[in-house]
Amino acid sequence: MSVIVYLENWEGKFKKNTFEAAQYAAKTAEMMGTEAIGVTFGDISDDASVIGKYGVKKIINVKGDDFTEYNNYKVAKALQEVASQNGGDTYIISGTFNGKAVAPVLAVNAEAGLMTNVTELPSSVSPLTVKRSVFSSKGLVNYSTEATHKVVVFIPNSVGVEEGEGSAEMTEMSVSAGDAPQSNVTSVDRVKGKIPLPEAERVVSGGRGMKGPENWGMLEELADVLDAGTACSKPVSDMGWRPHTEHVGQTGIAINPDLYIAVGISGAIQHLAGVSNSKVIVAINNDPEAPFFKAADYGIVGDAFNVIPKFTEAVKKLKAEN
Amino acid sequence: MKVLVCISHVPDTTSKINFTSDNKEFDKNGVQFVINPYDEFGLTRAVWLQEKNGATVTVINVGRAETEPTLRKALAIGANDAIRIDADPTDGFYVASQIAAVAKENEYDIIIAGRESIDYNGGQVPGMLAALLNVPFVNACMGLEVEGDKVSLIREIDGGKEKISSSMPLVVGGQKGLVEEKDLKIPNMRGIMQARTKPLNVREAVDADHRVAVGTFEKPAPKSAVKMIDAENVDELVKLLHNEAKVI
Repeated sequence: MSVIVYLENWEGKFKKNTFEAAQYAAKTAEMMGTEAIGVTFGDISDDASVIGKYGVKKIINVKGDDFTEYNNYKVAKALQEVASQNGGDTYIISGTFNGKAVAPVLAVNAEAGLMTNVTELPSSVSPLTVKRSVFSSKGLVNYSTEATHKVVVFIPNSVGVEEGEGSAEMTEMSVSAGDAPQSNVTSVDRVKGKIPLPEAERVVSGGRGMKGPENWGMLEELADVLDAGTACSKPVSDMGWRPHTEHVGQTGIAINPDLYIAVGISGAIQHLAGVSNSKVIVAINNDPEAPFFKAADYGIVGDAFNVIPKFTEAVKKLKAEN
Repeated sequence: MKVLVCISHVPDTTSKINFTSDNKEFDKNGVQFVINPYDEFGLTRAVWLQEKNGATVTVINVGRAETEPTLRKALAIGANDAIRIDADPTDGFYVASQIAAVAKENEYDIIIAGRESIDYNGGQVPGMLAALLNVPFVNACMGLEVEGDKVSLIREIDGGKEKISSSMPLVVGGQKGLVEEKDLKIPNMRGIMQARTKPLNVREAVDADHRVAVGTFEKPAPKSAVKMIDAENVDELVKLLHNEAKVI
């Protein structure tokens, strides 16, 4: 018995996301009285020993021609291979776009019970029981599986990370992915210099109250001083003011940052569904009756064009003092 | 070309979510059901393939008779025929196994499901279906063009997007971008009339495992009351976020 964790890297680098997965796996392994083994793919430019600070001491670096680009079937195959060589029966995966495409394939091939959208560490390991978010954050439910093999996919940034002590050893391994169904990546287009929303700890989001795409500069400045990602409501992306990839809400991205700042967003139930897992919500709206104030921790009734520049200045001042 | 679109029957996005008094089930009382919004993008995209490439479009749902109005709506939007597998959609693997059984008989070129359903948000069925059929899987798909026997697709990735080329058959987990929101097809009167006579075949479920057990539901803890801050005192907000909430 052991816990296998998919340690995703982005062009050889680890992110907070990776550490959160490592820690989730290490804590689950501890509950099971076993060890967690990390699996990462391709050339690693970061120092892999830091993963040890999150409780995973052993990492297998899968390399080879099959792993120069991402393919969900090949990743699943390699995870299964590592599991079979190390008595692995539980897989931990962070719910990134890549992770979400690996998990169901792995679950079918390993005949595993798959539990996705998980928000907490397991409450029990016999049988493995987790709490997961349902109805677009309007509900929670406990799931359990008696299957021999299990796959748990947690929502990024939902369980958090704490750096501890320790160091990990990484060893290389080659795996043949066999004749996995093949689709080819023809190009990758990553937005440079921006914090991707699913992993953003802070998010500044604008709605129709911003009146037009030309007014986003002030939100970007605020996001910049806060090291935050930028997001928008559905009408804003539908009108083409901002790209779809920034649309948060029920049919866009569901996020759970530490801080969500909603500017000029009324707070329709569909929008709240995607952001209500944020730990702290600030609503800024000129309409005192905006439903968002009922879902927020802090609120300001006022004109965004007046409040946002002051907000940015106040954050700069705070940073200068600390 | 044959296209299969998987349709989930889900509570309307504006629904208030309640659970039965024993918290064992979702309380359907007074809830309007709709086509899962993520599936709607795929359905409209499939109907375009029908209009432009002469594809036939089949819609499928795993559910009891109560889901038939949702399938009829999909027929009114333009699907050629519908299949309902008469079973409770209790577990992702079970549902994927049902759809895979139909897909194995009918050799669809493209199978489109929503990236996730807005009720259980599992995001499990499309990927499991692909694995059961052993065909390529493109998740979070925001663009699909058929060119001869190839499909070019755009997939959302963390912090960007990726272009992919794939052969058919394949399974797609769809989302906005497959078509734009403004282009979503809505049923017109002619479509609604035609939908009444289009085939809706009901099939028995095949045997498949249930691998996950559902326990009790609960609602998220309510937020404590909002703290209002004067618009002229933004410094105070920043202090609270720093000292009290400790998020900046």
